Amino acid sequence: MTVLMQAEALHRHYPVSGGLFGKPGLVRAIDGVSFVLRQAQTLAIVGESGCGKSTLARMATLMEPPTGGELLIDGTPTATASEAERRRLRRNVQMVFQNPYGSLNPRKTVGAILEEPLALNQRGDRSARERAARAMMERVGLHQDHYDRTPHMFSGGQRQRIAIARALMLNPRIVVADEPVSALDVSIQAQVLNLMMDLQDAFRLAFLFISHDLGVVRHIAHDVLVLYCGRAVEYASRQDLFAAPCHPYTRVLLAATPSIDPRHRKQAVAVKGELPSPLNPPAGCAFASRCPHATVRCTAERPAWRGIGGRGVACHHAEAM
Amino acid sequence: MPLLEVRNLCIAFATARGCFRAVDGVDITLEAGEVLCIVGESGSGKSVSMLAAMGLIGWPGRVSAEAMRFAGTDLLSLSSRQRRQLVGKDMAMVFQEPMSSLNPCYPVGWQIAEALRTHHAVPRARVRDRVVELLEQVGIPAPATRLGAFPHQLSGGMNQRVMIAMAISCSPALLIADEPTTALDVTIQKQILDLLVALQRQRGMGLVLITHDMGVVAETAHRVQVMYAGQMVEEQPTAALFAAPRHPYTAALLDALPERAIGRARLPTIPGVVPGIDDRPQGCLFNPRCRYADDRCRTEPPALAGAPGWRARCHYPLAVGP
Amino acid sequence: MTLRNGVKGSTDPLRVQGSALALLSFWCRFAENKGAVLGLAFLCVILFLALAAGIVAPHSPIEQYRSAFLTPPVWQQGGSWNFVLGTDDVGRDLLSRLIHGARLSLLIGLSVVALSLSCGTVLGLTAAFAGGVVDGLIMRLMDVLLVFPSLLLAIVIVAILGPGLFNAMLAVAIVMLPGYTRLSRASALGELARDYVTATRCAGAGHLYLMFNTVLPNCLAPLIVQASLGFSGAILDAASLGFLGLGAQPPTPEWGTMLAGALQYYQRAWWVLTFPGLAVLFTVLAFNLFGDGLRDALDPKLRR
Repeated sequence: MTVLMQAEALHRHYPVSGGLFGKPGLVRAIDGVSFVLRQAQTLAIVGESGCGKSTLARMATLMEPPTGGELLIDGTPTATASEAERRRLRRNVQMVFQNPYGSLNPRKTVGAILEEPLALNQRGDRSARERAARAMMERVGLHQDHYDRTPHMFSGGQRQRIAIARALMLNPRIVVADEPVSALDVSIQAQVLNLMMDLQDAFRLAFLFISHDLGVVRHIAHDVLVLYCGRAVEYASRQDLFAAPCHPYTRVLLAATPSIDPRHRKQAVAVKGELPSPLNPPAGCAFASRCPHATVRCTAERPAWRGIGGRGVACHHAEAM
Repeated sequence: MPLLEVRNLCIAFATARGCFRAVDGVDITLEAGEVLCIVGESGSGKSVSMLAAMGLIGWPGRVSAEAMRFAGTDLLSLSSRQRRQLVGKDMAMVFQEPMSSLNPCYPVGWQIAEALRTHHAVPRARVRDRVVELLEQVGIPAPATRLGAFPHQLSGGMNQRVMIAMAISCSPALLIADEPTTALDVTIQKQILDLLVALQRQRGMGLVLITHDMGVVAETAHRVQVMYAGQMVEEQPTAALFAAPRHPYTAALLDALPERAIGRARLPTIPGVVPGIDDRPQGCLFNPRCRYADDRCRTEPPALAGAPGWRARCHYPLAVGP
Repeated sequence: MTLRNGVKGSTDPLRVQGSALALLSFWCRFAENKGAVLGLAFLCVILFLALAAGIVAPHSPIEQYRSAFLTPPVWQQGGSWNFVLGTDDVGRDLLSRLIHGARLSLLIGLSVVALSLSCGTVLGLTAAFAGGVVDGLIMRLMDVLLVFPSLLLAIVIVAILGPGLFNAMLAVAIVMLPGYTRLSRASALGELARDYVTATRCAGAGHLYLMFNTVLPNCLAPLIVQASLGFSGAILDAASLGFLGLGAQPPTPEWGTMLAGALQYYQRAWWVLTFPGLAVLFTVLAFNLFGDGLRDALDPKLRR
């Protein structure tokens, strides 16, 4: 299948001033992350807050340039692309946000929100744009009466449908979805997930699906990339990852996810401690301080990214898992 | 005698377009040492009903109930002064957003001490030691050094631990936790839930856990109440609820969980949305979204009925087994 | 909305009806606030008087009736129907001067607010979007303007440019600039952090489109309130300058200048002072009421 987006050792570092006399620091929001996103596939990015998920989303949508590494969209390196080229690439990557209450312009009607991307890119005349908007509303399950309403008249689930419709107006090939269902109720969440999967099949979309909810990820993803403190810790297909997680952090994450399955509870182990500060990450493995399997080597030496049986993992003891 | 007993609780809010019943006919019974989960979608009235039990509903809300008793004390006839002595001491609450439930202007140690001083729980000289002890109990490392920390200097998980320390400071008999882990990361959520359950066991507290997460329910509760649009629609012990839900809403909600779906199949969904303020349907509130609904459901509101072990607000409760 | 039911690819007349409906619903929300409607009604009366001053006013505003110095209003002893609100110290009809003065005051309010609102908004949005050095430069400049007491700064500016109505207006506009700049920058920064701006950027919008089409409409509510308050502030400041003799020059019938000229007669002839004062008071009040109502009606977040 066609590779639509490829990241190679992506870095994004933010300098932070240390105040008047303090030493300026460096936050490594993303530190050497690689992945491949193929057509009609879903790559889930999983991790807790502060792991760099949102930074990755901003880089994937070309809102922010990486400070190191290479991001290729359609095989074109984005760093060296011309301005016109970048604009073309940017149209190919659209975004769906977590909070449906903040992602729609409260001053515009649904019709205007949907037509805006077309108008901005000079596609079609006014009546053609309205036809396209109404067709898309039909496609995502919105009523035609909704065309003239403003977002405040809609519930969270309907707003998320509008947001998805807007993201698809430019016929992108990649949609970056930043926690698209985590603000929604369970019954609504199922509707939106179904819609996203239908649209993926219909338009052969590639999803970069950012989430912290492993239940949802297990349902929608083809491949999963687990991040911890800006570093990739495990990258595997969904079947492999959920059947036999290789990195201790992935295991902890799976065990911590509340489950309605009584068998799950018996194997659950709590993890101690909290995330380390991104300002002074530990020298070795970032997870070492919380890891039940950590050894001296883990705290001293940063584990290299290795391929084991078709998956990538960054752990010294991956084979033993 | 149950620890908390609420019968036929109704909460109405006066809005510009007339009276809106946020909670209608909710019964809650909680024995000492029991963990009850109240589960429902947003707007189902689960938080409001517990706020009412705490006496924290003010204008424009109006609370009425047939009975509202806490450990034998009639909550409806309490003066506001007596209620203040009870709330925070014998019944305590933990909220969803740890960052905004703590006062950002004061150190966390001071805030816990405030709760102790208000209720004269320990002699003044012992307050500091007691605060350190409490912080240790909720699993904050190096508690003596954290007394002077401000909420913004601690992580969300640590702040939630501080909130829990504050809630258990006067050894309450009942702890109400309103979505205590929704704002937290998965691994931290696990820690906090484990902490709450461990504290509940140690102290024999009653624990009411309000949540929307079925996984949290399954892992913590003894008994579950399901709320929908301001009504309690089902009540069962946890294992029985997940094995055999009686109300079509509960069944549909469980089916909609991605965890229950196999592979990348379509998830079963509940069509439509939760009815809002002015589109409450006739008859059963769930009938427009229910696949079993018939004419009786569309005209006649069902009463809460059932057999020993379960209750459901449905004309045709689902049978056990396939 | 019901008008459009079942009409796909609607034609233009329907669109017009749609916008008329939107206007109607806006008016209904505005009309809920009785104070605002009262303010609007008063402003309409003032506007009509100002526009039709030549026809409505019984006398010329600068003609001096030598036989009628300090004539009291009609209901007082010695008053006459010829001069309904009395005359001033040189025998000019107060009512006519007030009516003609409304023309000037409205003009002052409108042009000062328009000038400082547009400049302030552009500066504030630029600061919010550009950030860094540009932001610092613009905001420090505004701080410099804020350091001086407003009237003092206006006096300094008028002293440099020379007295006169136009220069006074310019001075007041400059004095009011920091308020609009800071307000629009603050609300633009708040809106910039929201996802819909990122979404529009994703769709390929440029900076100018984001500034004026996406962010500005969402910052308008506080700016409109500030502008309606600014209207009254501008009238007051211009009146103050006129009072100090630095604004409109006699015999121009401007309310502040009228107050200044009449100051020495306040014990003998209360009307010379009271009526211009009341005119300023009610106009300012009307603008404030109107601004509050406008904000409530404009803000979709407050709609139920």
